[in-house]
Amino acid sequence: MIRFDNVSKTYPKQNRPALRDVSLEIERGEFVFLVGSSGSGKSTFLRLLLREERASHGAVHVLGKDLAKLSNWKVPQMRRQVGTVFQDFRLLPNKTVGQNVAFALEVIGRPRGQIRKTVPEVLDLVGLGGKEDRMPGELSGGEQQRVAIARAFVNRPMLLIADEPTGNLDPQTSVGIMKLLDRINRTGTTVVMATHDQQIVDQMRKRVMELEKGRLVRDQSRGVYGYQH
Amino acid sequence: MRAQFVLSEIGVGLRRNLTMTVAVIVSVALSLGLFGASLLMRDQVSTMKGYWYDKVNVSIFFCNKNDAETAGNCAKGAATQQQKDDIKAELSRLPIVQNVEYESSDQAYKHYKEQFGDTPVAGLVTPDQLPESFRVKLKDPTKFAVIKSAFSERPGVEQVQDQRDTVEPLFNLLNGMNIAALCVMGLMLVVALMLIVNTVRVSAFSRRRETGIMRLVGASSFYIQMPFILEAAIAGLLGALFACVLIGGGKYLLINNWLAKKIQVINFIGWDSVITVLPLVLLIGLLMPALAAFFALRKYLKV
Repeated sequence: MIRFDNVSKTYPKQNRPALRDVSLEIERGEFVFLVGSSGSGKSTFLRLLLREERASHGAVHVLGKDLAKLSNWKVPQMRRQVGTVFQDFRLLPNKTVGQNVAFALEVIGRPRGQIRKTVPEVLDLVGLGGKEDRMPGELSGGEQQRVAIARAFVNRPMLLIADEPTGNLDPQTSVGIMKLLDRINRTGTTVVMATHDQQIVDQMRKRVMELEKGRLVRDQSRGVYGYQH
Repeated sequence: MRAQFVLSEIGVGLRRNLTMTVAVIVSVALSLGLFGASLLMRDQVSTMKGYWYDKVNVSIFFCNKNDAETAGNCAKGAATQQQKDDIKAELSRLPIVQNVEYESSDQAYKHYKEQFGDTPVAGLVTPDQLPESFRVKLKDPTKFAVIKSAFSERPGVEQVQDQRDTVEPLFNLLNGMNIAALCVMGLMLVVALMLIVNTVRVSAFSRRRETGIMRLVGASSFYIQMPFILEAAIAGLLGALFACVLIGGGKYLLINNWLAKKIQVINFIGWDSVITVLPLVLLIGLLMPALAAFFALRKYLKV
């Protein structure tokens, strides 16, 4: 599913690499927490997965493809198989919940009939059945994040990348979101989630990878958050 | 690709940048209007050249008996019949000469009267003041120098005159105006392009949330860029349509309604040449902004 072979990433005009010689492998269907303090390289790691950046050294394989060899015009095709969720939800404020989810299908040219059928299904799945016509601004943070998850999942991606999805939410709401992600994971979708939420990591007991100053310092199955910040 | 989706995106984009869009439309309209006008002007000059060069001759004026004192070439008095015959024979042997016509003093006087009619000057001229001449029509009017060097020093020849010299300044003026129009057009075009690039930049910035999401869910770069490019193309097309109106209106008001009534001796360009220019104007108005937008997007829209 995901394989990093001695991957380093140095941004232009910076001396210190954001990632240093990271090698790891994530299997299909795994749920992985990515932990580490700010600036440890978590975001760079996720950006490499999405091929928003290219590795300076080493090879990144995602969904069986070597991203270094993937030509630019094939990148969208790859991203369609990867769902993404962010701390700030990234919803379109002037579109309804249903339109926000449908947008993901419209821009990849899915037929209208399919969109009309799929969107309510996915909203039901994330627990927002019947809220199709609400505007994102009318929803709570937890509900907005559910819309974002619905949008990420509507295309039934093989891989879901979540960058601090609970960062803006209170603990109780976060638990709900984690349950949802866990359910998505059980459908066979691999989930990679960067987080600072110690409670959640300790509760879920999933594989934990810890980055520190760009190095992978810990890779532990059924791990805990493990460090104080 | 869903047309309705793309169209609504374009509508939103154009309205969001209304002032910039208007600026693009106006500058495209002005630059393309000038472009079309200069094309038409070139057309006009070449029709006029064709028309006039057909009519103008090289004139070889002979010495008159009154010229002895005034013209340096005519110190020996009037040209003899022998001299005229020699020149005529030589002219007809030259391959560049199409035909030669003789104009006697009386005929010259008649033409003179026709031109100036009853003006006070006309009364002072008598037939024997006007020189006899050969009107030489050349196959290629630009070969005047050959005739001039061959005959201007001949005994009995007062001077060799190219009538093109009298119309040339007009053409030079028109050409100069044409070049000036092209320069202004070039500047306007640069302004239009910079406006388009800036509009695209603003547009891409104001829609970065949408485009960011599109990118994440795997929309193709073509799909992401299309609304921006079409936006620019539509603004450009509107500008080009205005330019067409300007060109057509200019032709109607300036030529049909004014110049054609004032000046009868020039045959002006017709609607057919206007109609051949318009598609070119529309095509450039459509493609140029689209290309400018495409290159601007490579810089301002990460895909």
